[in-house]
Amino acid sequence: MANVTYMAKITYIEQDGSEHVVDVKSGLSVMQGAVNNNIRGIIAECGGACACATCHVYVDEAWREKTGTASVMEQSMLDFSENVEPNSRLSCQIKVSDDLDGLIVRMPEGQS
Amino acid sequence: MMSDCGRRVVILGAGHAGGTAAALLRQYGYDGSIVLIGDEPVAPYQRPPLSKAWLKGEANHESLALKPANFYPDSGIDFRPQVSGISLNRAAKTVRLSTGEDLGYDTLILATGARPIRLVTPGADLEGVHVLRTAAHAELIRAEVGARKRVAVIGGGYIGLEVAASALMLGSSAVVIERERRLLFRSGSETIAEFFRNYHETRGVRVMLGATVVGFEGDAGRVTAVRVADGQVVDCDIAVVGVGIIPNDEIAAAAELKCARGVVVDLQARTSDLSIFAIGDATHRPLPLYGRMFCPESVPNALEQAKQAASAITGRAPPTPEVPWNWSDQFDLKLQIAGLPFDVDRTLVRGDMATGRFAVFHLKGDRIQQVEAVNAPPEFMAGKQFILNRKPINPSKLADGAFSMKEIAA
Repeated sequence: MANVTYMAKITYIEQDGSEHVVDVKSGLSVMQGAVNNNIRGIIAECGGACACATCHVYVDEAWREKTGTASVMEQSMLDFSENVEPNSRLSCQIKVSDDLDGLIVRMPEGQS
Repeated sequence: MMSDCGRRVVILGAGHAGGTAAALLRQYGYDGSIVLIGDEPVAPYQRPPLSKAWLKGEANHESLALKPANFYPDSGIDFRPQVSGISLNRAAKTVRLSTGEDLGYDTLILATGARPIRLVTPGADLEGVHVLRTAAHAELIRAEVGARKRVAVIGGGYIGLEVAASALMLGSSAVVIERERRLLFRSGSETIAEFFRNYHETRGVRVMLGATVVGFEGDAGRVTAVRVADGQVVDCDIAVVGVGIIPNDEIAAAAELKCARGVVVDLQARTSDLSIFAIGDATHRPLPLYGRMFCPESVPNALEQAKQAASAITGRAPPTPEVPWNWSDQFDLKLQIAGLPFDVDRTLVRGDMATGRFAVFHLKGDRIQQVEAVNAPPEFMAGKQFILNRKPINPSKLADGAFSMKEIAA
């Protein structure tokens, strides 16, 4: 296992612009970081099974490379989600590591 | 912003519904007191993985928890484990707890969930005969399944099929014993049931249909076999009974709240008492997309109703109605279901079932009522949108994989 005690600082920005900066343990998903901190706008109905697309986020342009690309399954969920942009991801599929310290994600409209 | 719903919300039941309601009240800015009462020893957690990842050892208490342990004290939520509600006094606005305390509320949310139906046949109380609803149940089962164990699953619903698939992946053998003539009698179409029967049988699960369990045999207090009505005896080391749930609405019914196999609520999750809400599996709720009352018995349903109650309590506009949906993982299959099969007059299959990637659409005229999608996220996602918007589709385009799901509108 990677260093599980390491924290990455992640900024979650709600639709209305309010920002939440929280420390998220390596190994968790970006979705879990939001849910654990009770941040609005990331619902995660399926709990991270890539089954519902209610944890949709926009990854800040500067972070797109480091967060990787969506799997075929994730991409096909995204293709039919609302308000999809080229930088859309399902946050349950982005694993937090020390590489993502400073990550910024935004939540789409209509997901709260 | 705050309405006059009072300064203490008591949430009775700390499952997915109750835990989410507590968290949403804080998200929505409610700053009064919240007491969250749960009869299990642990804080709210996700139940769906219990028959899937958890059973296979791929999840633990921490990964199942809805929120980290410190969330409740940090958010001013008074979480009380291993306590249950005994009765309501609506006139005094108090709940009698199993501790003997009469806890006062301004607003009460009943999130009492449901309990698994237990068989009353001889031997049903033998050691090794399990039900699966809670983490404690799952822990007992997980301790017993494993290499070369014989697992008898009673009930061919989603829980039963998931347990059978997980057991096989752990090196056990599995027999699914179903009373009806097909699998998924209450929860899936004939087409999907036939597909899953095939898929399970091909992988070594034995499926018995039209087989009513009449009893269990045991040795030294432990189950050794399941007896079926036609005289067959199925030897087993473990039996898991998954034959449905009963809503825990007795506390509401005893307090003369309107109940009908579940506490009757409106689209704000309000019961017949304006100070009392009810959410989750314990309810009987309106489904505006289908014009009837029903309980979808699912996590998304619990979350939607938690949102409705938290919105009403904090004076927010009611959330827009959602499409009921659910999912199931078996072997390498992800089944995603959107909608419910009410008033269906036509069923069509999109894709080739033999490839294990297809979707079954259930239509009423030119509207999609339900889609059951196997490893087919576009069909699930697009189908869900069509159900929500009640947009007509072109059935021949829908049945033809040459048209993408973006091209199926009528």
